[in-house]
Amino acid sequence: MRKLTLSICAASLFALSAGGAHAASEEMIAEGKAVFMGKSRGNCISCHQINDPDANLPGNQGPPMIAMKQRFPDKRKLRAQVWDATRSNPISIMPPLGKHWILSEEEIDAVVEYIYQF
Amino acid sequence: MKIIKTLSLGVGLMAVAQFTTAAGAGNTIETVDPEADRMALQNFYKKRFPDTELDDYVNGIYSVDAASRAQWEELEEFPPYEFAVEEGERLFNEPFANGKTYASCFANDGVGIRQNYPYWNKQEGTVKTLEMEINECREKNGEKPLKWGKGEIARISAYMAWTSRDNVFDIKIPEDDPRALAAYLEGKKFFYSKRGQLNLSCANCHLQGSNVRIRADLPSPALGHVSHFPVFRSKWGELGTLHRRYKGCHKDSRSKPQEMQSDIYRNLEYFQTYMSNGLVVNGPGARK
Ligand code: HEC
Ligand code: HEC
Repeated sequence: MRKLTLSICAASLFALSAGGAHAASEEMIAEGKAVFMGKSRGNCISCHQINDPDANLPGNQGPPMIAMKQRFPDKRKLRAQVWDATRSNPISIMPPLGKHWILSEEEIDAVVEYIYQF
Repeated sequence: MKIIKTLSLGVGLMAVAQFTTAAGAGNTIETVDPEADRMALQNFYKKRFPDTELDDYVNGIYSVDAASRAQWEELEEFPPYEFAVEEGERLFNEPFANGKTYASCFANDGVGIRQNYPYWNKQEGTVKTLEMEINECREKNGEKPLKWGKGEIARISAYMAWTSRDNVFDIKIPEDDPRALAAYLEGKKFFYSKRGQLNLSCANCHLQGSNVRIRADLPSPALGHVSHFPVFRSKWGELGTLHRRYKGCHKDSRSKPQEMQSDIYRNLEYFQTYMSNGLVVNGPGARK
């Protein structure tokens, strides 16, 4: 019985993480990271700290990328902020990455998944 | 590439909001009030950096960032621009082919006059900068004009700033010619307008973002921006003029920069220097 519960637990855990992986594959996360760090891509790192060992010399114009899930329970709101930061703050220094075609829609999806892990 | 160009054409006027309101208010020729702008800008920084004395803003980022200040003070003990100033003096005094020198073109023989530039020239209906008059002096005397960004013009300008050190900026906006105020307003609007693919204004980085890291860069306060130009910049490894810097910063918003000494950059310099009225000339300066 105990064994069974354990394996059910393990199975559901697996299912959970598989569910997560369904939304964001490793590939997508890696792409999101490249967008976040890339100077000619999102260059998010020039303004945001993030707890990734590869984040080298981050700026601090914007808030650090922490507790994203808690602060943005609705992922769509997070995406909207990345797509056009001027909607919530017209004089924001944060570039409107989607609205001004700095990033493609796919790149925005990817970077959102990447920061959503932190 | 085409997209970037198209987007950069759409220069959106700043949406006046939040804490830059005071410094950015007065966006029409009826409401613009340069003296009120100058006080508002000073007050903005007084609140933001309460420990910095007003007079210290001529030192740019070093007036607010203690960490880089120590390094810079060391650098200033053997200033990297020293040789350029000497060379500038030599060039300034070297006669043209016709025997005349630069001194013949300027008030007080060109000594101690940096604080009066740029100024509104009523006859020509335009803002005149020091570099512009250096080249006009050459042409008047049968010489070819110099390139605007660096080299000889920067050295001559540096020497002229050197002879003006500690003189107080006193830029005037003559009331007998409404075009002068219009030029100031254009410069002001340019400073506060968002532009380019990155949607950045000068104010984004130099007001809101001043002394806050963009990657490893720290933008300076806008107050005192012009006081120490031309500047020896370590990244350039040489002296450069104010308009060279304008071009670089303009590009940072991913838009197509204007030409050096274009109307808009001269108006921007007019606005920025007016903001620095009351501060002293301390050019040439040294920056990272
Ligand atoms: C030039 C600076 C800059 C860049 C580049 C930048 N941001 Fe921002 N970001 C900010 C600032 C400043 C804020 C604070 C809100 C505001 O003023 O709009 C912000 C807010 C945010 C927020 C909201 C955080 C919160 O706690 O409310 C998220 C999420 C975000 N940025 C993600 C990104 C991502 C992802 C990128 C790159 C694709 C990026 N940012 C690029 C400056 C920047
Ligand atoms: C993306 C951010 C950014 C934008 C936008 C920007 N700047 Fe800068 N600027 C900087 C940084 C960083 C420096 C170098 C550090 C410093 O301020 O000395 C700098 C330096 C300068 C300097 C030299 C300061 C000194 O003490 O020597 C001037 C003048 C200047 N900027 C004016 C402007 C103007 C005018 C605009 C708009 C056309 C502008 N900047 C737009 C970031 C920016």
